[in-house]
Amino acid sequence: MDMSLPRLKSRSLAIWKRNALVWRKLIGPSLMINFGEPLLYLLGLGYGLGLFIGEMAGMDYLTFLASGIVASSAMTTATFEGLYSVYTRMVPQHTYDAMLATPIEVDDILAGEMLWCATKSLINGVAILAVAAALGAVSGPSALLALPIVFLIGLCFAGPAMVISAISPGYDFFNYYFTLAITPMFILCGVFYPVDALPEPLQAFVQLLPLTHAVALVRPLVAGQPLSDVPLHLVVLLAYAVIGYYIAVVFARRRLVV
Amino acid sequence: MTAVIEARGLTKRFNDNTVVREIDFSVSPAQCFGFLGPNGAGKTTTLRMILGQSPLSAGSLSVFGLSVPRHGSKVRKRMGVVPQTDNLDPDFTVVENLRMYGAYFDLRGDGLARRIDELLEFVELADRAHVKISTLSGGMRRRLTIARALINDPELVVLDEPTTGLDPQARHMIWARLRDLRQSGKTLLLTTHYMEEAERLCDDLVIMDHGQIVDQGSPPQLIQRHVEKEVVEIREAATVANGLLDSLSGCRTEWVGDTFYCYTDDARPVVAQIDGIDKLVFLHRPANLEDVFLKLTGRDLKD
Ligand SMILES: Nc1ncnc2c1ncn2[C@@H]1O[C@H](COP(=O)(O)OP(=O)(O)O)[C@@H](O)[C@H]1O
Ligand SMILES: [Mg+2]
Repeated sequence: MDMSLPRLKSRSLAIWKRNALVWRKLIGPSLMINFGEPLLYLLGLGYGLGLFIGEMAGMDYLTFLASGIVASSAMTTATFEGLYSVYTRMVPQHTYDAMLATPIEVDDILAGEMLWCATKSLINGVAILAVAAALGAVSGPSALLALPIVFLIGLCFAGPAMVISAISPGYDFFNYYFTLAITPMFILCGVFYPVDALPEPLQAFVQLLPLTHAVALVRPLVAGQPLSDVPLHLVVLLAYAVIGYYIAVVFARRRLVV
Repeated sequence: MTAVIEARGLTKRFNDNTVVREIDFSVSPAQCFGFLGPNGAGKTTTLRMILGQSPLSAGSLSVFGLSVPRHGSKVRKRMGVVPQTDNLDPDFTVVENLRMYGAYFDLRGDGLARRIDELLEFVELADRAHVKISTLSGGMRRRLTIARALINDPELVVLDEPTTGLDPQARHMIWARLRDLRQSGKTLLLTTHYMEEAERLCDDLVIMDHGQIVDQGSPPQLIQRHVEKEVVEIREAATVANGLLDSLSGCRTEWVGDTFYCYTDDARPVVAQIDGIDKLVFLHRPANLEDVFLKLTGRDLKD
């Protein structure tokens, strides 16, 4: 197995550009999802539950939820792209085979894909923040600082998703990943309620999960509250991104370069 | 002149299955070099090793004097590839496919735009520049794939069964384009299981079977080396009296399906013997590459 370290090269940007061009062709439906979903969540859950809950962790529930959704949507956006789109191009569509007949190598392809996953998370994050701001759930312009974090969250979840794509025998296999990883994080990592509401052992466990750290960075930025443990959160997100990328490259080589 | 491709003891195993066995060959510049072999012979695997898309199990391989797969990326920059299975980008139009592929080679701007126009003319797709890939016929897709392989003005063009599955018109059109490329001084490497294709296009070829090279030479050399000058084929020969077939003078004989082949350096006595026999259909022709191929790779059905 080729375990050699990937090298980052500018030609991975060509893959990013490819995806951006395809996205631009389908911009209508994409933006529909980007704006529509958070609007539903924030109106439905934020106002509905907000009426009963009022405040949570020292902020309006709408703000609490909106900041959580910014982080979790970055996760799901990058995950969907890293699973379905990457798998489609890697296996049935043979897009990567075509690229691999050019100077491009597997590490370039996955680097470009990963940047694209994060870019989609970013686009989505902008949409949600815009909706949240329109609903008065954002403290002020400092919320814009959440956007680079959203990009990093995209990288963080793109890595592991591409690992799953690289080893997956088919689309159905992704269900395991959603049921065992993504959905538990969505529910447990502080999107809907603070993690300190969880039983002690579970609290320790969720500290290992990247979404916990993503929420811990995004929420104070959106709500205008002080940040804490910034280096820890950044390192966890970055580690998932980098290690995920490396493992994905090794497995994708095994699949494509045989 | 130094060889464009040089392979020594090239071997590929998948688990315990050896699909390319210690083959040696070398491809000279400005030549059309062919790999002729039945399905499963190991042609595609060999090409994938040349592209650096498949690690060698043993042996050595160099392209443009650079060792592969180590310098795969550098080598592919100077190479064009037409793969056996179509992998055009379905999300893009014809011209976008070429533009994007150019970007993978770091090409952009006016130079690339001009190159794309030339290539669309070359493969006669200029009027289709802005249609989606899914609306193209098989022949057009293959022509577009050839144009795509030329985007970087490669020194070496590698084509894996470029005309398999195409109708005769499309095939002839592609042959003409490949001859143009050959004329313009590019080195071509192609695999095929069509004898006619190999005979028309290749200056030099290897016949491959079960991962091994059975023989190598120009089409006329191979014909001269392995088979008699002339052939008489008797169709639906099962209905002909066996006694007659056995009595045909001075032939090396073979059965393929229900056709009886008689190989000889002078077929006139044979023709005299069978001409005019009621209901007997026969064909008298010069020997060709197909006869060599059948002799060397056996007559059992492959697939
Ligand atoms: N990735 C692979 N894993 C296992 N066996 C393979 C793989 N690729 C090709 N083979 C086997 O190698 C043999 C040669 O295949 P191939 O090179 O595609 O032949 P050809 O192109 O001459 O038809 C076949 O028996 C095929 O099943
Ligand atoms: Mg093949």
